[in-house]
Amino acid sequence: MTPPRHPGFDTLSLHAGQRPDPVTGARATPIFQTAAYVFQDTDQAASLFNMERAGHVYSRISNPTNAVLEERIAALDGGVGALATASGQAALHLAVSTLAGAGSHVLASRSLYGGSHNLLHHTMRRFGLDTSFVDPRDLDAWRAAIRPTTRLLFAETLGNPGLDVLDIPSVAQIAHEAGLPLLVDSTFTTPYLQRPLDFGADLVMHSATKFLGGHGVAIGGLLVDGGSFDWERSGRFPELTEPYVGFHGMDFQEESTVAAFLLRARREGLRDFGACMAPFTAFQLLQGIETLSLRMERHVANTREVVRFLSSHAAVESVNHPELPSHPDHALARTLLPKGCGAVFTFEIRGGRPAGRKFIESLRLFSHLANVGDAKSLVIHPATTTHFRLDDAALRVSGIGPGTLRLSVGLEDHADLIDDLAQALRASQKI
Amino acid sequence: MQVELDGHAAWVYTGGKPFDPSLPVVLFIHGASHDHSVWALQSRYLAHHGRAVLAVDLPGHGRSGGMPLPSIEALADWIARLLGAIGVERAMLVGHSMGSLVALECAARHPQRVSALALVSTAFPMRVSEELLTATRDDEPAAQAMVNLWSHSGLAQYPGNPGPGFWVARVNLRLMQRQRPGVMHVDFAACDAYSNGLAACARVSCPVLLVLGTRDAMTPPRAAKGLSAALSDVRVVEIEGAGHAIMAEQPDALLAALERFGA
Repeated sequence: MTPPRHPGFDTLSLHAGQRPDPVTGARATPIFQTAAYVFQDTDQAASLFNMERAGHVYSRISNPTNAVLEERIAALDGGVGALATASGQAALHLAVSTLAGAGSHVLASRSLYGGSHNLLHHTMRRFGLDTSFVDPRDLDAWRAAIRPTTRLLFAETLGNPGLDVLDIPSVAQIAHEAGLPLLVDSTFTTPYLQRPLDFGADLVMHSATKFLGGHGVAIGGLLVDGGSFDWERSGRFPELTEPYVGFHGMDFQEESTVAAFLLRARREGLRDFGACMAPFTAFQLLQGIETLSLRMERHVANTREVVRFLSSHAAVESVNHPELPSHPDHALARTLLPKGCGAVFTFEIRGGRPAGRKFIESLRLFSHLANVGDAKSLVIHPATTTHFRLDDAALRVSGIGPGTLRLSVGLEDHADLIDDLAQALRASQKI
Repeated sequence: MQVELDGHAAWVYTGGKPFDPSLPVVLFIHGASHDHSVWALQSRYLAHHGRAVLAVDLPGHGRSGGMPLPSIEALADWIARLLGAIGVERAMLVGHSMGSLVALECAARHPQRVSALALVSTAFPMRVSEELLTATRDDEPAAQAMVNLWSHSGLAQYPGNPGPGFWVARVNLRLMQRQRPGVMHVDFAACDAYSNGLAACARVSCPVLLVLGTRDAMTPPRAAKGLSAALSDVRVVEIEGAGHAIMAEQPDALLAALERFGA
């Protein structure tokens, strides 16, 4: 029997979660720029509040435009659903605060985006949540650092900025053996390059600001629930498996066997913390996702050209990219990221900090700013920007040196990018 | 709530409210490889609107213990025993797909227990292709993928179950994956083997509602014509555009049909 064919990734990128508007016939997803929704009557209102009916009440909790985005990313990542948040940081906070509270412990990779590190290491600690950090490549360290109070393991698909490739199957196994879920930040890879849920992760978050949106015009985050983690069997999550007085005494696991996490995150986290996404932002991100495959292919192709150029340049000490045999995770990348390792990577310029500064200031096409994943090529010096709070010792732990430069390769003609890099490298060596 | 039945725990969702047997009872029966949560919206609504709701996890499914029962007849008798164990004299039965056959057979075998029937996404016979039946036995992931694809009408539902932002196709797939190995084959074999549908119809005297999705690829409306012809007191509601997973795809339309029917 020929198995039936499921819709492919590109088709889902364009259609999942949306069909022509039944009222107007609009083909594009309408922007439902409304704060609230008229109730048909008092009974319908009460039913919506009490989750007896599916629908919208107030756009902080759900919105039709956002719902299309949520369902689309869930379809692309292979999740049971998603939540759109105000930013990637809000998505991380929502995941953590749904599963952990004062007295809880989060176990995280030490190779994190600086903002995520701040949230966990400094800010959440003030609210009684402890986080410890481990080398993401050290599986024994992950295993040894789990405590009775641990509620979540967290890492990035490609560590920032060292591009450590997360061994998702192994870390997920360690988490599951302890009855814990693994949350993965998939911002650098997007579901086009890797679907972490397929490798055993339980939750996925994105800064949709980056490659998903793809154009650097909107700040947003997405939190996807794989629906496969059994909260009840774990026994560590009464927030999901016992009646919650904060929401009509609802037992979320009882209400939805496979989507308890998202129900609680929406009905508590979005409702109370309020870090929701604006519908116009959801619309902009949807425009980006429609062309995700095409853009990621070009991002990866351009990156390979740039990596090849830099790898043989005399002014470059080293290039740190998992597709290079010199990268410690090269073999793992070939297994887990066969389509490519994204478009963000670092290299060490010869001449240290002064050369790095001159290089950045000499670039013409690359923009010097604190972002990645734009259609336009970007550059930054982590030691003075994203990781400026870390001292030199902490920088070294994260794999950053004073001359480390991070590139986010865009969609320009790669020959023009290489010309720009070449002239800036020449300038950097004349100081 | 949990009750002991046949030496095993039988788990029943009561719609988010304590079960009150003084109210009219509506009992929901899920389909193959599912559990009570497919009825989350309809059952929760009715429980908060004057009904005593029982949304069961069939034996071996969800939180209920024991082995999955091998025939529609055995499941029908189990439902009757469950009602007895809970102390319910009569209930309206609402069944989906395999659960609709269980409800029908239960009404035929235990007419004193059943006040009305709502059969959602139903058909008789409910034949399963040999290829699919073999896959349920030998390759559950392939069988789950097939059934999941055929269960949905398209790539978008408004607003889905349990709510906006949920990707109902993956919710359905994960729910099938959550069932214990072997459950899927037992369920599909029971559907395929059930031959008593028309005889059961002849013995059913209570009102019956058929709710059918016009884009149902598993149990298309034409496959329920035999049932509607054989039933003495039957109403048929077709929900435009709905696939097999009506509860998830068009929860309000299904609820409206159930309420009009008297649920």
